[in-house]
Amino acid sequence: MKKTVYIYKSFERFWHWTQALLIFFLATTGFEIHGSIRFFGYENAVEYHNAASYAFIVLIFFAIFWHLTTGEWKQYVPTMKNIKAEINYYLIGIFRNVPHPTRKTVLSKLNPLQKLVYFGLKILVIPVMVVSGILYMFYRYPQQDSIVGIKIDSLESIAVVHTAGAFLLIAFIVVHLYLMTTGATLTSNLKAMLTGYEEIDGEEKDSSKIFEGRNIAGAEIKKSSN
Amino acid sequence: MRKIILSLIILFSSILVIVYLIKPGVTDDESLSEIRSKFEKRATPTTDHSKLEALQQDFKTPQEVTAACMNCHTEAHKEVMKSNHWNWERQEYIKGRGIVSIGKKNAINNFCIGVDGNEKSCAKCHIGFGITDKMDGYTDSTNIDCLVCHDNSDTYIKGSELGGNPMPGIDLQKIAMSVGKPTRSNCGVCHFFGGGGNNVKHGDLEKSMFNPKKEIDVHMASDGPNLRCTDCHVTENHQMLGKIYSLSSMNRDRSTCEQCHKETPHSNEILNEHTMKVACQTCHIPVYAKDNSTKMEWDWSTAGRLENGQPVEEDDELGNHTYLSIKGSFKWGNNLSPDYVWFNGTANHYLLGDTVTDDSKTLVLNSLNGSYSDRNSKIIPVKIHKATQPYDDVTKMLIQPKLFADKKGEGAYWKDFNWVRASEVGMKEVNLPFSGNVSFIKTEMYWPVNHMVSTKDKSLQCIQCHTRDDSKLKDLKDFYMPGRDYNKVVERGGVGLILVSIAGIFVHSLMRIRSSRRGKEQS
Repeated sequence: MKKTVYIYKSFERFWHWTQALLIFFLATTGFEIHGSIRFFGYENAVEYHNAASYAFIVLIFFAIFWHLTTGEWKQYVPTMKNIKAEINYYLIGIFRNVPHPTRKTVLSKLNPLQKLVYFGLKILVIPVMVVSGILYMFYRYPQQDSIVGIKIDSLESIAVVHTAGAFLLIAFIVVHLYLMTTGATLTSNLKAMLTGYEEIDGEEKDSSKIFEGRNIAGAEIKKSSN
Repeated sequence: MRKIILSLIILFSSILVIVYLIKPGVTDDESLSEIRSKFEKRATPTTDHSKLEALQQDFKTPQEVTAACMNCHTEAHKEVMKSNHWNWERQEYIKGRGIVSIGKKNAINNFCIGVDGNEKSCAKCHIGFGITDKMDGYTDSTNIDCLVCHDNSDTYIKGSELGGNPMPGIDLQKIAMSVGKPTRSNCGVCHFFGGGGNNVKHGDLEKSMFNPKKEIDVHMASDGPNLRCTDCHVTENHQMLGKIYSLSSMNRDRSTCEQCHKETPHSNEILNEHTMKVACQTCHIPVYAKDNSTKMEWDWSTAGRLENGQPVEEDDELGNHTYLSIKGSFKWGNNLSPDYVWFNGTANHYLLGDTVTDDSKTLVLNSLNGSYSDRNSKIIPVKIHKATQPYDDVTKMLIQPKLFADKKGEGAYWKDFNWVRASEVGMKEVNLPFSGNVSFIKTEMYWPVNHMVSTKDKSLQCIQCHTRDDSKLKDLKDFYMPGRDYNKVVERGGVGLILVSIAGIFVHSLMRIRSSRRGKEQS
């Protein structure tokens, strides 16, 4: 039984798309500063990058507030359950038109792989980018004491960490954009993130399984595909 | 759905607008016009020297003029005789050497090498008269040449090879009556022609600056602020600010941009941050030797080629000497992009009698101290002058040859064209040993570029340094610079990760397409 549910709240969508735009913009300007591309002009790229980074930090504060107050943060608590089933699904099952091993519900809208990856982004990659970015901006050269700032002897370590994080984010976006097409239809995930509504499977009332989703073991996947 | 897409587009575009508005506007014209007003009105002198009877006399010798000056300016000679313009050496502290006496007297350069034994010729640019090899007359205050700096008639000319005396036949009375504060032409007659010709030495000081256009020098521009040298090289009691590190070693008495401009004059804070590590000149003098060429290389080892026993001269199409039998061969350049080095305001020097530790390497005659990690260092633009010059590979000393003499037979290279003899006489004159062996050594001199400041729109742009291809600062490798530098491991790993992801997606999507076709066929 399929039914349409309101799965992504309006703030969530606002946060997601603003974050998407900012990361895209920060990546473009950032890689211009890094010397990989030329687009805005170096001086503009630096100014835009810095301005967008402040916007990004503001957005992060709002997002943290929203996640904490709504309890949505629980969605991102990683679990090792069904990870193998998920991996099996994306590597094997998906080609055999096997159903997704975990069920998407309003209260558990992320599959175990998503939980793991998004959790990693939230507690590792994004904080590292923010902290290294702030150090990058407020870094001051070895100097006399005329202008106050954070004193570190070389920009290199900061820049290398910031760049490594940027590469990780780009790789994430590439894969993320592709996996977007692996929903019920090619565009169903995109539509859901734009409108908030998604058509998902069955009974909504079974709250006992909400956070784990429905288990379908890897072995069963194989069996059902035979 | 449409409503949501629309509202998202509005949101994103408003973010872009905000980002654009945060960008600060450029409004530093105000502070500039404030500085300009400082130089717009010049004080008129309280004395018109043409009305002074003491000067209305038929001077027979330049010393008589000086004596007349000293009648009123009774103490001025004491100031002058303490100044760097008068003295041929001074006490300087050099790290690693201690306090040393340094000056034209004992510093070797890689142009005409040194003054010793050649004083009579070199004195053309000394503010004294009656200079000989023996340097007598040096303590006589009437030998001070007041006129070379204070002539305002533009007719005073010092004679060649006359020990600093003026050219015979000039009207000393007219010149004496014209005196006033030094103008660009007073300074320029010596400082534009250092090294024996226009722009030979500095590269950023040359005859086009007698009356430069804004494109040549935005400060001295006669169609602009029209500054005189002494506006920046502020002078008190005949002691001037400013020095050149071919002879100076200490970070003192420098003439700086900050005398007029603020240390952080830009409206853009990121540019202001640059001023901590980048000298103003670095961005604002992107090009030097803008009009006439400057000498970049000097090879003494080719000197001495005579045709029919006569010295020869070869010129390029611009009229620059490319070969002179007395001096060797030269390379010139114009509209040059400076080299860039770290500099903390102190320098070391090769002084007469120093021994060279490794003569296989290029010897730097005036090494400028500084590095990225040195908190007092900034990146400055320099002209690097390269030379091949006479060297005694037994005593490991640079040779001070005798170059100039009035006549043949005194050992002067410019008359006799004999390196061994010229070296023997020259080294004897400075009381240094000479083995009898003349070889040649490669040397470099660093000339900080401080003049020929360009208009704002011509200053260096970010991308000229912050780039991977041919960064202006490609030779300064002791620091990480965004846009130029990257970590190879991160770069390869990052690009590799993205490529692997894309390849994975490609394979994965192909397999999905295949399986969905198969699925359709089955159903």
